[in-house]
Amino acid sequence: MHFDSFAAFIDMGGYGFYVWTSFIVTFVGIYTLFIEQKWRKKQLKLAVVKENDRIQRIKKAKEKASQANSDE
Amino acid sequence: MWKWLHPYAKTEETYALCGRLYPWFLWPAIALLAVGTVWGLAFAPADYQQGDSFRIIYIHVPGAMLSMGLYAGMAILGFIGLVWQIRTCYMGIAAIAPVGAMMTFIALFTGAVWGKPMWGTWWVWDARLTSELILLFLYLGVIALYGAFDDKIQAGKAVAVMSLVGVINLPIIHYSVYWWNTLHQGATISKFDNPSISSDMLWPLLLNILGFGLVAGALACRRLQNEILTREMRRPWAQTLLLSNETGAK
Amino acid sequence: MTVFWSVFRRDWLLAFRQNAEFLQPVLFCLLVVTMFPLGIGPSPATLQKVGPGIIWVAALLSSLLALEKLFKQDFLDGSLEQLVLTPGSLPMLALAKVLVHWLVSTLPLLILSPVLALFLNLTWDMYWALLCTLVLGTPLMSLIGAIAVALTAGLNKGGTLLGLLLLPVYIPLLIFATSAVESASLGIPFTGQLAIIGAMLLFAIALTPYAVAYAIKVSQN
Repeated sequence: MHFDSFAAFIDMGGYGFYVWTSFIVTFVGIYTLFIEQKWRKKQLKLAVVKENDRIQRIKKAKEKASQANSDE
Repeated sequence: MWKWLHPYAKTEETYALCGRLYPWFLWPAIALLAVGTVWGLAFAPADYQQGDSFRIIYIHVPGAMLSMGLYAGMAILGFIGLVWQIRTCYMGIAAIAPVGAMMTFIALFTGAVWGKPMWGTWWVWDARLTSELILLFLYLGVIALYGAFDDKIQAGKAVAVMSLVGVINLPIIHYSVYWWNTLHQGATISKFDNPSISSDMLWPLLLNILGFGLVAGALACRRLQNEILTREMRRPWAQTLLLSNETGAK
Repeated sequence: MTVFWSVFRRDWLLAFRQNAEFLQPVLFCLLVVTMFPLGIGPSPATLQKVGPGIIWVAALLSSLLALEKLFKQDFLDGSLEQLVLTPGSLPMLALAKVLVHWLVSTLPLLILSPVLALFLNLTWDMYWALLCTLVLGTPLMSLIGAIAVALTAGLNKGGTLLGLLLLPVYIPLLIFATSAVESASLGIPFTGQLAIIGAMLLFAIALTPYAVAYAIKVSQN
């Protein structure tokens, strides 16, 4: 271990702010990309469900209309 | 000779391939980054001139290398897609571009944060920094271009052409340090010389470079999968996949 | 008042549906600012001297690009006409659209302004003055620009015509804004210039909605 204590580790020889900002921003950025993809997949699922529901509703409405026509 | 690639022109095959590759990218990446980062932050000796701030190199250099490598990857995909008319290549370009842009941003940001204590300034119009900034603009241009088209097939061809046009920038960044006398230090790792960095500082760097590369691969796989699903949303195979709540090849 | 907010909400949602297209003018501004050091040399002293002017000119030019989208889409699909027919005062509805436009296209510029100032080597005092002038001046740009955009909404050749109409009108704003930042660089207070820009802004908020409403009606014929 290069550093004597945890405090020295955080301090990074006086450069702590610069070193930790770099590392944190980098890993948060990369993690954000992973999260975005999870979110996107969820959006896709929702879109498919919504569209299928819509197709079902249109089908039902058509059936009702054709039934009404055949009843007359 | 390339027959083994042919099935991957079909999006369903490529989706499955990405699904299989993803864990092979992700877990080694996490392991390598964990080891490399901890080694670099805590165990590597401090630099004689720069003290502990040099540890930013363990993020900065991988980010910069990936930013250029991913653009080269986009250009190669663009070339293959245009010449052999393979649509999954275009989707690959769209998948890689945001990852490349993030890597470029990381390189620029960590470079600026490193430069402040070292050179006294966040930014200077040095040839290498400027070329990296231009690379960021190129990535953003590709992302904007792909998003601007409603017809994604047309969009794919457009970004393929854009990637090839922009790839000229890459040699300029790499050789700019030799061509101009600038503030930025010379290349640390070269294929032809011994690295000018001591080996106990070098190993974490190599681990992190590989780790970043694998992370980019994992992200690209995931993004390509989602791009394929977006485009093929109405196909039966995609619908079954999305609706089935599968947790396996997630 | 609820009509105001429903128009606001509609435009707000529409802006975000376009793949972050609203960020493109800001990126254009960043690119223009980047071009200058490459063109005039990286000498920090020179950049600091011309920096405020460059940033303001880049902001004005990129606002022209952003303004083009203000009424175009609505004109093309007929919702502008529907807006004219909506009960509720047209000036207020126009103000709602301009407000969304300002939030969506200028806030990114304000967020990006530290980077622009960094690229052109401005000092903190100069940056503070720049930020004040941007906060006061950009709504002014959107409001006055909206008049010209509404007038030219129906034309096919928006683009450069809009520039020809608006840039002369923007010149006083440019002069006062850059003068404020220059005063800041010399250490002199710049509240005078800010006050004039602020007065122009208040004037614009009070009067331009009526002009924009009239211009929309003109473009409908």
